[in-house]
Amino acid sequence: MSLDPSFVGRTYPPTAPYQVGREKIREFATAIGATDPAHHDPAAARALGHPDVVAPPTFPVVITMAASRQIAEDPALGVDYSRVVHGDQRFAYTRPVVAGDELVCASTIEDVSNRGGHGFLTTRTDVRTVAGEPVVAVWSKIVVRGEA
Amino acid sequence: MELPAKTFQVTRADLVRYAGASGDFNPIHWSDRFATKVGLPGVIAHGMFTMALVGRAVTEWAGAPDAVVEYGVRFTRPVVVPDDDQGTEIEVTAVVREVTEDGLTRLDVTATCLGEKVLAQARATIRTTR
Repeated sequence: MSLDPSFVGRTYPPTAPYQVGREKIREFATAIGATDPAHHDPAAARALGHPDVVAPPTFPVVITMAASRQIAEDPALGVDYSRVVHGDQRFAYTRPVVAGDELVCASTIEDVSNRGGHGFLTTRTDVRTVAGEPVVAVWSKIVVRGEA
Repeated sequence: MELPAKTFQVTRADLVRYAGASGDFNPIHWSDRFATKVGLPGVIAHGMFTMALVGRAVTEWAGAPDAVVEYGVRFTRPVVVPDDDQGTEIEVTAVVREVTEDGLTRLDVTATCLGEKVLAQARATIRTTR
């Protein structure tokens, strides 16, 4: 099965706002062993000029995963999710995510290709505050493995 | 310039903790039965967990938790995590590729497990002036 290149450029409606909690950032930082006080202590984060604890660089995936999965599971696109592996991941930050942010994800299919029996799907998710301030852009490429 | 190598131990307990914290409960990251059924050698680490550990190395090298302005990787090889107390190890090194006039430092990062590269095109840009 190959992926339909005519899906390039398709956009998906923004997700419901995600409320970034201080304890969620602490939990995520602890899970990856990130001990910098700015991830855990609001005073340490404020000393760096942030309003509350700062999320580690890959934290946005917690928020964007649902958005990119929504695309991969779009029945019109026809991805077999059991054959999906993660290809590439990239983040471009306007600023770090901080506790207290209310974030909305808007996704676009940026590229679709088929090579060597495998399908490749690149999505871009723009993460903004509910007020529209850009925070981070997230690219994710998945590989849909062909039937061997 | 080469930055000092960092080594991260990864055990099954780390994967379970990461699954809970990230919300990624794909059974290939905790069930050998499921992982082997889909053709993997066993339970593998979340690619995003490896990327998070490398991100930690980058922020530690930068000396600031909020210094990363761009960060991307390609996942090339799974990190197999055996069900024992030692788990496995990921070693992370980097070289400075470029320092720009506007205070950005671009790093080329290498992450290996058992001597094999697990990421390709791993690049991070950090702000080195505040």
